[in-house]
Amino acid sequence: MQDAVLTPPSFLTLSGISKRYGGVRALEGVDFACERGNIHAVLGENGAGKSTLIKIIAGVVQPDAGSMRLAGVDVSHATPSAANAAGVVCIFQELSLMPDLSVADNISIASPPRRFGLIDGKAQRRRAEALLAEIGCEDVNPLMRVRDLPLSRRQMVEIAKALGQRPQLLILDEATSALTSADVEKVYAMLARLKSEGTAILYISHRMHEVEALADRASVFRNGRHVETFDKGVRSTADIVQLMIGRDIATQYPAKPVRAPAKPVLALENLSWEKQLDRISLGVGAGEIVGIGGLDGQGQKSLLLALFGVLRGVTGRITVEGREVRPGSPAAAKSPAVGIALVPEDRKTEGLMLPMSIADNLAIASLDALSSGPFVDRAKERAAVERGIARLQIKIGAPGDAVSTLSGGNQQKVVIAKWLMTEPRIILLNDPTRGIDVGTKQELYRLMRELADQGAAILFYSTDYDELIGCCDRVAIMYDGRIVRELEGAELTETNIIASALNIDAARPAHAAAGAAHA
Amino acid sequence: MPPPGPPMLDDVAIRLRQNIGFVTAILLFCIFYLLYHLAHPKGFSSAVLVQNSDEIFALAMLAMAQTVPVLTSGLDLSVGAVMTMVGCFASHLLIGTAGGTPLHLDIFGLHLGLGTFPGGTSGLLLGIVVCLAIGTLAGFINGCVVVYGRIQPIIATLATGAIYIGIALFLRPTPGGKIDEDLNWALTNSLGDFAATVHIFDDGAAGWFAPFAWIPVPFVLLVLIALLVWVPFRRSVTGRAVYAIGSAEGAAYMSGLPIERAKIVAFTLGGFFAGCGGLFLAIQTSSGNADIPQAGAYTLNSIASVVIGGTSLLGGTGSAIGSIFGAMILRVISFFFRIFDIAPLLQPLFEGLILLAAVSIGALGVLRVRNTLELFR
Amino acid sequence: MTTMSLGLSRDDRPILIAALFILVILVAGTGYTIVRFGSAPLLSPNYLLQQLQIGAFLGIVAAGMMIVILIAQIDLSVPWTLAAAAMMATSIGGPLAIPAGLGIGLVIGLVNGIGVAYLRVPSMIFTLGVNAVMRGLMVAHTGGYAPQTTATNLMQTLASERTLGIPNALFVWAAVSVLVVVILQRTPLGRYIYAIGNKEAAAYLAGVDTRRVTVLCFMLCGLAAALAGVLLAGYSTKAYQGMGDAYLLPSIAAVVIGGTNILGGRGRYLGTLVGVVLIVLLNSVLSIMEMPEAGRQVIYGLVIILMLLVYGRSERVTS
Repeated sequence: MQDAVLTPPSFLTLSGISKRYGGVRALEGVDFACERGNIHAVLGENGAGKSTLIKIIAGVVQPDAGSMRLAGVDVSHATPSAANAAGVVCIFQELSLMPDLSVADNISIASPPRRFGLIDGKAQRRRAEALLAEIGCEDVNPLMRVRDLPLSRRQMVEIAKALGQRPQLLILDEATSALTSADVEKVYAMLARLKSEGTAILYISHRMHEVEALADRASVFRNGRHVETFDKGVRSTADIVQLMIGRDIATQYPAKPVRAPAKPVLALENLSWEKQLDRISLGVGAGEIVGIGGLDGQGQKSLLLALFGVLRGVTGRITVEGREVRPGSPAAAKSPAVGIALVPEDRKTEGLMLPMSIADNLAIASLDALSSGPFVDRAKERAAVERGIARLQIKIGAPGDAVSTLSGGNQQKVVIAKWLMTEPRIILLNDPTRGIDVGTKQELYRLMRELADQGAAILFYSTDYDELIGCCDRVAIMYDGRIVRELEGAELTETNIIASALNIDAARPAHAAAGAAHA
Repeated sequence: MPPPGPPMLDDVAIRLRQNIGFVTAILLFCIFYLLYHLAHPKGFSSAVLVQNSDEIFALAMLAMAQTVPVLTSGLDLSVGAVMTMVGCFASHLLIGTAGGTPLHLDIFGLHLGLGTFPGGTSGLLLGIVVCLAIGTLAGFINGCVVVYGRIQPIIATLATGAIYIGIALFLRPTPGGKIDEDLNWALTNSLGDFAATVHIFDDGAAGWFAPFAWIPVPFVLLVLIALLVWVPFRRSVTGRAVYAIGSAEGAAYMSGLPIERAKIVAFTLGGFFAGCGGLFLAIQTSSGNADIPQAGAYTLNSIASVVIGGTSLLGGTGSAIGSIFGAMILRVISFFFRIFDIAPLLQPLFEGLILLAAVSIGALGVLRVRNTLELFR
Repeated sequence: MTTMSLGLSRDDRPILIAALFILVILVAGTGYTIVRFGSAPLLSPNYLLQQLQIGAFLGIVAAGMMIVILIAQIDLSVPWTLAAAAMMATSIGGPLAIPAGLGIGLVIGLVNGIGVAYLRVPSMIFTLGVNAVMRGLMVAHTGGYAPQTTATNLMQTLASERTLGIPNALFVWAAVSVLVVVILQRTPLGRYIYAIGNKEAAAYLAGVDTRRVTVLCFMLCGLAAALAGVLLAGYSTKAYQGMGDAYLLPSIAAVVIGGTNILGGRGRYLGTLVGVVLIVLLNSVLSIMEMPEAGRQVIYGLVIILMLLVYGRSERVTS
């Protein structure tokens, strides 16, 4: 029998890796390999096991079974620093920077240059400057505290820090989600350079277009198992999504009804705030899903917060069903007279009280309605909670469990269910599908359309143009605090969205196409 | 991002903005202290400076002691107790008789002889070392309870503080003991007196020494301790880890910083500084006094000093030097009462109002916040 | 742990363990008295009632403190709120004495609440300042001495007399306890309190007026401290300087021993009750043993650490 040509062993090999958290099987018998000089995407829904896989490789958690070989040597990383010592560096979604320390301190946090046993500040600063220059961020002064930098710059500092550890294996877990388009380009350039230098790169992202652009190879995980690994171009997006979900998806987005233009339930007139909002005028009718798009940081989030009463000093008019309202707080905004609900940006710190029970989290916004007299009506509350869980099909153990035990998608469902219990007439959604698996995303799209059909007015901010096109009846693109264009019907295309986002005349499609690569 | 100016100015501007609380504390202190001396009949004299330094030193030390755990976003409610306990130890060990001090332990009705603690100068030096070691050990125990016991610092130190006060009461059920007179004189007066007592520099008469003879010894001690202990600590890897933990403990762990070691060191250093304060207080009052209310007052004042000095109770930013200035501001305010002859009955009220005003100043920033959500983060 | 297998929730364990410890104290104390005196005074109902009567003062303060700790704050102005309420109640005298004292507690709580909720000054330092100001005001008002006026008859009756053989103070404590339990368990306010203690930003975005709730909590704590002050003045028949100082740290200890998380968001009132009883009994057993103050302090500290080692330990930081 002729032996197959001996292929050189992979740089990183995982064999039979398994990990359980209590009764949940995070990973089961996973075999995985990645090579040097190769950008390898890791795909899968939330709960598929990607994060656990990455955490095992990066030394944050230990596998229950299985082995790992790095560069031909059996390894087992007990701590993140052990992994770093072995050349494995991971950039997580939650930043590992200390906000009150300077950029220079953060970049050289683990093993700083020393003089006489103490930290050498000047050498540390020079090191930071050099690393920041490598990723094209020379404008960041290393003395600045990380806290004082905008989110995109902070992520770049995080990347510079990882770069400084000269990794042999670099792992990026949704590392570009907070970056501006310009910074994303710089990161791509850096990754290309690292690849050519022989670094192995593992890349987790939910953004399909990113993966298509970057990855040489991709692996799909589902339910804790490694499903398939394939090279670039072998599988189409539809194939990949099917592999991730494991079932046939007919359409991604629910159909949009054709309706006569409804009278606006929510109307904004010349809404302004500080430098973030500049004379915004917009109307949302009952049964309409209106999207807000544009580049990051153009005021979209501020618009939602202004409507919800979080911002002070907002000028302009807001009318709900013809009556002028001035919500001065979320409590006022959710009141029956106004009836606005906001699904906030960060569910873990703004949408939920994680250690509290699912039931408590569901009921918190509706306690006034669930009370008889000064006391909470427990029977009413229980019934409402069960209705909420059933309506959104939230997968839970028991309503008394802590909400922290749920997956990201189910947590987001709890946030939405909480607001549905207040029977809002206007629903604001602040990037609700960020970090959510594909299956739950589709459920959310269906839910949004259902709610609109039942008469709600929905204002929906998303950073995913695909979503905006698929879900929304109309999309308002914001630039520099203003609405530069409203698109609907045939005009609602990716090209137009990007062009408006960049504030370019749509008559110059060449520029728009260039921007399309990283929409 | 603001446009980059000339690099040097940029750096200075950044550092200034980051340390605004600290700088404010220094400025406030300078203004107050200057006013004090201007108003004092014997202002700008060595005698007044010496008296002030004596009264400032212990609180300044306790403010430094409180700063380090606060930087890790913890709190040490036992600093006053450690100070008192070390003071009571000092009142036994630093008596200074030539032949040494016999030590004995009276417990559960038994009288146990523990030998003789050496006397003379070497005995005094040994006694000082032992007292500081006791303070450091107390801090170390605090650190271990917090780190290995995984108990929240505020409640852990509340409990250990009770234990240390108990030990202090055991050592000195009633105020007593004494401190060697020479030691007392040398450390609570000016450098000239120190030199004369210790017989160096021609008993203080040396020509080159004259310009320095007026400097109060407590001030010199404060500066030395700050420079030789705090400044190197702050620039060490462990010192930076302390700041990192207070800023974002999870991120510090992910970055591989030695969390447990840094926290233990933080509390240990706090114990050391508190021991310095207790030692000095005993030497200054020439007695050991297990005064529980005084210990409580010092602890609470140390927290106030830390806040006034620009360190955030949330951890991650601040400096022990700022806390020293915070302590000095508090003390100078009480000095003012003496010279302006404010009725003693009204003094506590003024102290309270000033403290309240000082800590509420930061509230002005709140009024400018336009996004209410930022208040709750 | 076996207690887990009994299906006890995380909040119940500390209560059970603290209750067990109370039994241990009683047993140890009784053993001592039997050996030493040949009698068991600790087990006499009269003695226990008397201890509970003394415990009522601490218990009422601890009830208020618990509410503030639940919203992740702390109230260090309790000592002089208590003293000020007592002093003003005795100074004013007559039928207005008790309302005046309670009113003081409400006003101080309001000031605390505004400083913490609206000015966003950390509660540790703001209430510290308020405490100092109250001390200053009282010293100035009384001339530094204990006020000479005695407590009104009503105050004394409530604090020292008995009804149906049970000290009135216990009835007051029981009433306070019922009120606290009802608020925390049955009203929206209670839910808001736990929510704010867990994550104020999320509670705010859910439409809870977190600032108003915070002010309310501090007012309740001030009210509790004032009530304790009024009762204490009735018990001692007069107010005196520094009468509240001995109640601050033990009230915090009682709350924490009872299983309430010092960082807020979690805890049951039953635990605070048990914590208060534990501290009071410990104190009295130690004084029966004629333990000097030194020993009492040490044992007090060791007991707190021991209890917390068993159930007060935080999670190890991993991310």
